[in-house]
Amino acid sequence: MKRLNPAIGTFLSLTILVIVVAGLGYLLPGMSRTVTEGFIYATLVVGLGLFVGNTGIVSFGHASFAMIGAYAASWFTCCEGMRQVFLPGLPDMIAANTLPVPIAAVIAMGVAATVALLAGAILLRLNGVAASIGLLSFLFMVKTIYENWNGWTSGQSSLVGLPLVVGIAEAAAGLVVALCLALFYQGSASGLLVRAAREDEVASRSVGVRVWRERLICFVLSAAITALGGVMFAHYLGSISVVQFWLDLTFLTLAMLVVGGRNTITGAVVGALVITALRDGLRTLENGVQTPFGLAGIPEGVQEIALALLLLVVLVARPRGLTGGREFNLFR
Amino acid sequence: MNLVQLLVDSLALGSQYALVALGIGLIFGVMRMINFAQGDLITFGAYMLVVPTVSDVAPPMIAALPTPVLIVATIAVVALAALLTERLAFRSVRAKGADGPTLLITSFAIGYFIQSVILFLHTGRPKSVSVLPELSQQITFSGVRVALVDLVTIFASLGLLLSVGLFLNRTRGGIALRAAAEDFLMARLIGVKANRVIAVAFLVSGALAGAVTLMFVAKTGVLDFRMGVPLAIAGFVATVIGGMGSLTGAVLGGFALGLASTLLQSLLPPDLRPARDAFLYGMVIFVLLVRPQGLFVFGPGRERV
Repeated sequence: MKRLNPAIGTFLSLTILVIVVAGLGYLLPGMSRTVTEGFIYATLVVGLGLFVGNTGIVSFGHASFAMIGAYAASWFTCCEGMRQVFLPGLPDMIAANTLPVPIAAVIAMGVAATVALLAGAILLRLNGVAASIGLLSFLFMVKTIYENWNGWTSGQSSLVGLPLVVGIAEAAAGLVVALCLALFYQGSASGLLVRAAREDEVASRSVGVRVWRERLICFVLSAAITALGGVMFAHYLGSISVVQFWLDLTFLTLAMLVVGGRNTITGAVVGALVITALRDGLRTLENGVQTPFGLAGIPEGVQEIALALLLLVVLVARPRGLTGGREFNLFR
Repeated sequence: MNLVQLLVDSLALGSQYALVALGIGLIFGVMRMINFAQGDLITFGAYMLVVPTVSDVAPPMIAALPTPVLIVATIAVVALAALLTERLAFRSVRAKGADGPTLLITSFAIGYFIQSVILFLHTGRPKSVSVLPELSQQITFSGVRVALVDLVTIFASLGLLLSVGLFLNRTRGGIALRAAAEDFLMARLIGVKANRVIAVAFLVSGALAGAVTLMFVAKTGVLDFRMGVPLAIAGFVATVIGGMGSLTGAVLGGFALGLASTLLQSLLPPDLRPARDAFLYGMVIFVLLVRPQGLFVFGPGRERV
């Protein structure tokens, strides 16, 4: 039998994993929130990991794309009838029409991709640490702009009244779309070239790799996927605010990526699911659990400490992450 | 706004940034790593001034000591904490031959760890503390009122920068540090001990963070578990725009950033002032584009093969 293309094999394997986890979410009592959140985070981390893993540049700016996506979708889905009250700056054409969430998500991905194209064209001229700092500066800029762009974002207050349409099935569907885009890119010629530049930039230039161009393609696609995650996040919570897409989300998604394995899409998915489950478990313990001996629990704030410690332990003991740098493939 | 006042403001802000940038630059020199935890070490020092408590009013701990002891104790505590981060985390990660991104994320994780421990012990509500209250007066000369704490910050920073400069140029440990920053492998071959030189870098960088703690808290009097983050970010930006790997560049970058920040604050029209940071970081990106090798570095920016 002819061997299946590894990108397709990984895609099918991860899709099966997603379906199994979704099934668990339906079957086990009280797990549906955890599974939905896990899928949403996985989408965000796949977006982040597509760029970080393939280019080797640590991005501190991807939370911005989740925010850009979430707000862009909200312009079309938010709070029917009240939209012009909350967002007085919207042009009539946008404010008058409410779109279904999937269509709004596609528009939002387009908006984020456009911003990424413009920002990336500038930022990706930088290398290594300078690029990371450039992306961090970008995060600060976008946050400040959104906090002050009152007519379109309602500024520092939160925007409420988004339709709550994201459950396990919708989140799983979004994640599968993200996986499809990410793995298609990884298997493409551009994916190969951008990884060549990650391994040795000077050598890859010398054989004609246009590093800036390949990185830009990767950046734009990863921004679009991250935006999809942001849209799902917004329509799962029903409300968004600028601070949701700030340093906490940046740290959390990076931690998920590193714990799972920085250079693979499998790592992104596994890291997101494992850490979401862990965080939810600890959160339940923080709230207290009924035992035969009375209410037992752990003090509030243990969750954050545990997350930081887990990340440090993984970095020291397994720098390549839980998945060890290999893609999950049942069909090899 | 008066020119003298503007100068004092930007120098005071710039010297804090310069000290943070120098701390980050020292560690970058020997490890090729941007230390995100530098800001959280500043926060850690600030919270050591008060007794851990969940109540809103925290009784002073180190802050209760007499002034000279207070200064020494704060700097020593932060320097030791910096050394501890190296010993417990960075050394093990480094021993595995970690690459740049892994080290960067390690420092990010340590920073987050310090923040969450502080959050756990002290809660997230901002607290107030009074340190060096004798500095909180204004002094007037030739018709201009300036805060004494700003002047002290400027002169103390200049003193610190000078002493670090002397240490790097005139002592054995300092020369070893510079040699390691120049070429780590070569320095080791001629007998510089890797672990020791990195420990020294962390110790000096921690002491600088402790000094910034005092200056920052003396000026604001407020503790917050994220207070160090903006300072650290200013520090990275300063090291990058100054030129990675150049300590003079990092210090000058810090002053440049302080100046740009103060100028934007006073020159932008009032309705754009809340968005000052957007302009500031836009300028940073611009500088990175025009001079990716750094504002104050002269020579080829790209690696030569």
